Amino acid sequence: MTGSGQVAVADCLFIWPAAEPRLIGGRCAACGQVGFPAGAGCERCGGTEVTDTLLPERGTLWTFTTQNFRPPSPPYDGSDTAETFRPFAVGYVDLGGEVMVEARLTEPDPARLTIGQQMRLVIVPYTTRADGTEVMTFAFAPAGDEEE
Amino acid sequence: MEAVIVGVGLHPFGRFPGKSAMDMAADAVRLALADAGVGWPQVQTGFVGSLEVANPDAIVGRLGLTGIPLRGVFNGCATAGSALAMAARAIENGECDVAIAIGMDKHPRGAFAADPSVGGLPGWYGQTGLYLTTHFFGMKINRYMHDHGITEQTLARVAAKNFRNASGNDKAWRRTPLSVEEILASPMLNYPLRQFMYCGPDEGAAAAVLCRADQAHKYAGRPVRVRACTLRSRRIGAFEVQSPALPAGEPTPSPTVDASREAYQLAGIGPQDVAVAQLQDTDAGSEIIHLAENGLCKDGEQERMIADGETEITGRLPVNTDGGLIGNGEPIGASGLRQIHELVLQLRGAAGARQVPGKPAVGYAHLYGAPGVSAVTILST
Repeated sequence: MTGSGQVAVADCLFIWPAAEPRLIGGRCAACGQVGFPAGAGCERCGGTEVTDTLLPERGTLWTFTTQNFRPPSPPYDGSDTAETFRPFAVGYVDLGGEVMVEARLTEPDPARLTIGQQMRLVIVPYTTRADGTEVMTFAFAPAGDEEE
Repeated sequence: MEAVIVGVGLHPFGRFPGKSAMDMAADAVRLALADAGVGWPQVQTGFVGSLEVANPDAIVGRLGLTGIPLRGVFNGCATAGSALAMAARAIENGECDVAIAIGMDKHPRGAFAADPSVGGLPGWYGQTGLYLTTHFFGMKINRYMHDHGITEQTLARVAAKNFRNASGNDKAWRRTPLSVEEILASPMLNYPLRQFMYCGPDEGAAAAVLCRADQAHKYAGRPVRVRACTLRSRRIGAFEVQSPALPAGEPTPSPTVDASREAYQLAGIGPQDVAVAQLQDTDAGSEIIHLAENGLCKDGEQERMIADGETEITGRLPVNTDGGLIGNGEPIGASGLRQIHELVLQLRGAAGARQVPGKPAVGYAHLYGAPGVSAVTILST
């Protein structure tokens, strides 16, 4: 059980708290297109009947980059400063050959990331509010890490 | 009736404390009018673009309140492509004999910062640090290097070329040449892109005066023909900027490819005819990718082309002869008209020290930006 003092950055992005968190995508009833996050309309056909679908928790890294300076704030709301900011990586992970999701990666060193490697979903804190509450978002970790 | 450009004007790009975007644009318009030998009261319609100025059409207060329709246009980094396209269309459709396209901007320092809602994106995307266009550029060139064997050295060579070209352009912003070694030693911003491989947002303005081809003899400026102006948005499956998710396993060409193919077809001109090109170089990787996406080489050929100096001013296919975005920075509303200014000078043989040898007859301009939009313009003598 995830401890108190943690909240998700937004509702409806991922199933959490959960033993096996999953991202919540949307599948178009008309054409089957899967998008993330689930929206009111389909990007492919313009259909408006989109139902929630859980995305695979594992996938392959399609590409990545790093964020080596603190993003402009706002909109970024990390509790770090330009001095304490720790670079992070960002990538697209191909989930089941249906959808590629853009996400933070837990491994910040580009030398330790490889296009095509296996990744798995994790829910991680990315900022701490003034009252101590940790704000959680989704990220992908190299699947070799922390294998059960 | 075909449209021709008879006048171009450019306010230098850079930082101009105390000078408004609109004052810069008024200077650019006056230069374009003088170049064309056209008085403002002869201009019958106009299209003006800016990101930072909400009412760029207020420029009539500085130029003369003649009552003409002046329409605001905005398509992100492709804004000036739209302004020029609509001015050309107004002439082609017979709406008017003389039209003007204007672009202006004055951005604060640093990476663009905005609420994701301005791009139709959810708040969490910005809060968690994902709403940066630079992520896209880093990720696209990283995958491209992986697929097509492009090296970091080639990224640095592109940036070095554009700084070198800018050093010969007194209206450019970053005029200090930088070596490949200096560029490779600059801080990493978004792997594999380093600080000196990026353009920066800055300030500036540009304008172009267009008229009917059959009336060009009435004006002073040597006319340059507008052969095609196209604008395309992203299709499903394209790998595009600011996308929280994309369809997998469905590689679809970028809107650049679509805009480029349509422009070649409309112009009846092929990539082999292009004598000088201005390609959106938001970063060095973008210039490399855009060479292929605009049909100017095959994927992967850039490694050899750039090592052999083919994209230098003296090379087979000069690219970004005025320094491009890397050398000039990007005032978004004006950037595409800076490209047009440079191509007009090159096609007139009036580009001075940076003139492409051999009397170039076809010039090609390309813009790309958020949210996955590209504009292409083909000009000829």
